[in-house]
Amino acid sequence: MVMPDPLDLYRRMLQIRNTEEQLARAYRNGEIMGACHTYVGQEAVAVGVCAHLTPQDAVFSTHRGHGHALAKGVPAQAVAAELFGRATGTSRGRGGSMHLFAPEVGMMGTTGIVGPNILQATGAAYAFQLLEKDEVAVAFFGDGAVNNGAFHEGINLAAIWGLPVLFVCENNLYATEIAFAYAAGNPEVATRATTYGLPGEAIDGNDVMQVCKAAGAMIERARQGGGPSLLECRTYRTRAHAEGMPEAGYRSQEEVDAWKHKDPIACHRAYLLNRDLATSDSLDEWEAASVQAAVDAMEFARTSPWPDPATATSNVYAET
Amino acid sequence: MDDTAPVLSFTEAARAGLTEEMERDPSIFVVGEGIGPRGGNFNTTLGLYERFGPRRIRDTPISERGFVGMCTGAAMVGARPVVDFMFLDFILDAFGELVNQTAKIQYMSNGRIAMPMVLRGCIGVGGSAATHHSGNYYPFFAHQPGFRVVAPSTPHDAKGLLKTAIRSNDPVLFLEHKLLMATRGPVPTAEYLEPIGRAKVKTVGDDATVVAVGAMVQRTMDAISTLEENGLHIEVVDLVSIAPLDIPTILESVAKTGRLLIVDEDYAPCGIGAEICVRIVEEGFDFLDAPVARLNGAYAPIPYSPPLEKALVPSSENIASAILDLLAQ
Repeated sequence: MVMPDPLDLYRRMLQIRNTEEQLARAYRNGEIMGACHTYVGQEAVAVGVCAHLTPQDAVFSTHRGHGHALAKGVPAQAVAAELFGRATGTSRGRGGSMHLFAPEVGMMGTTGIVGPNILQATGAAYAFQLLEKDEVAVAFFGDGAVNNGAFHEGINLAAIWGLPVLFVCENNLYATEIAFAYAAGNPEVATRATTYGLPGEAIDGNDVMQVCKAAGAMIERARQGGGPSLLECRTYRTRAHAEGMPEAGYRSQEEVDAWKHKDPIACHRAYLLNRDLATSDSLDEWEAASVQAAVDAMEFARTSPWPDPATATSNVYAET
Repeated sequence: MDDTAPVLSFTEAARAGLTEEMERDPSIFVVGEGIGPRGGNFNTTLGLYERFGPRRIRDTPISERGFVGMCTGAAMVGARPVVDFMFLDFILDAFGELVNQTAKIQYMSNGRIAMPMVLRGCIGVGGSAATHHSGNYYPFFAHQPGFRVVAPSTPHDAKGLLKTAIRSNDPVLFLEHKLLMATRGPVPTAEYLEPIGRAKVKTVGDDATVVAVGAMVQRTMDAISTLEENGLHIEVVDLVSIAPLDIPTILESVAKTGRLLIVDEDYAPCGIGAEICVRIVEEGFDFLDAPVARLNGAYAPIPYSPPLEKALVPSSENIASAILDLLAQ
């Protein structure tokens, strides 16, 4: 397994964070409609996993999927424009935040329903095995998905057929506001893998190097025909479930603050500085450049045209 | 029709179509319960496991939601899955996957992801199969943008339509009525495709139009043979395709006959008869000499006991009297 450049991991996490900070601002301004679920606090998971993927590998994401799309290589302009509902968005504005598709880079969709992406990733892996391709599929999902039938059916099918798929559970402790500790008979997600006959491992999902190492080994195993794995990344979303939603008292401020101290970007910055892999000045420069790129992406979206209403019923069926 | 064509059963014809397509395209695979070495509960894949191997003829656990979602993902990256549900009643466990994912991904991706997927299963009332093995369900799918739905009534159409369904980049429901599976008819050996979305005029007449679907087509043919002895000429239209409906063919017939009866084993409320009726009224009100009539299965779950089961479904006698009622209007 080749470990990616730690500096590149940092840059990618910054891109996600800054793009989403700008998206949240645009939401407050009324420029983004509908629901906008940010990934703030969980960036290490998408970046650590996607660092091992090629554009042909397939990622199937969730309602909290901006980070996965960006980490998989979808341009921030196209993501922003989709959330702004513009013709330059990934789906020309018909999808929004929860329907981001960019098959040209293997981003096979975010989704508004919890669970189906686990099955779809299993299916992409089935196709890769059938067609004798080297690609792997990855499903990202939260702790909310693992009590759903799709999780159990999906990992079982992947296990019995030895499919090249990685299941990444981002356990952020809450399904909207329902605590996983309340919702799970067995709160150790990784151990559920063993029950179905595939390897499972739980790691610190806020440590991008740890994610990178664990995911890299599992992806390599899948690519070499070793079958599926389940990676439980323990992490936390530090913003509300969706922009504009109240915290509603389901978690304490102390808990949120404690996790903010474990912010994956701040932790990785310390890692880089401690090992003399970068200087404080150079990281500050990247930060400034990253903020500017995010601001520019919003401006691209803001100034893009609206989709033509005449296209509202196109592509319901294949147009061949 | 080619008189020299071999005579095959409906199931044999569909299987021949599936085999031809699988020979042609290695990205096609079939999933289902008991479709492997056993060859399918209805022999839909008999002999294909030996021919194509376990990756392309894949036995599954009883995991309908799982393998439907899985096939959706496989289709998204270039494979062409065929899901064999055995009984279509089992599709309901996967309804959320189908409606929210399979049917919507082409649109939500703005056409950048195709969804070539066939969903086949046995439908219909018969043989005391009772309520979990007798449903029709097609209006659910015809109602949703994104699906195509066909229900052939002859071996010839079964083969040609299954081939077209497999080649389609849309999700297609291919529905096989249990009472039709053993019926036999000529099936050409040379390759042919039947289009989705086209109805077929089975008999030409000018007294009334009867549109029927699936097993009701032959039952309607039986009914009109008694009426023809009395000098009545009924035009029977085999719907074949439920989504999209071939309204032009029905309209053309009604323009000639002025009277329309829709015979459908499935329930009447919000069903295909209601949709056909409205479309004909919208586009051909002036052609009509009488109110559009429907004859449907009774509005109840499907019972087991033969007299109860029989009471639920239109018989050829029921159809004949419905036609006479329509002519008396």
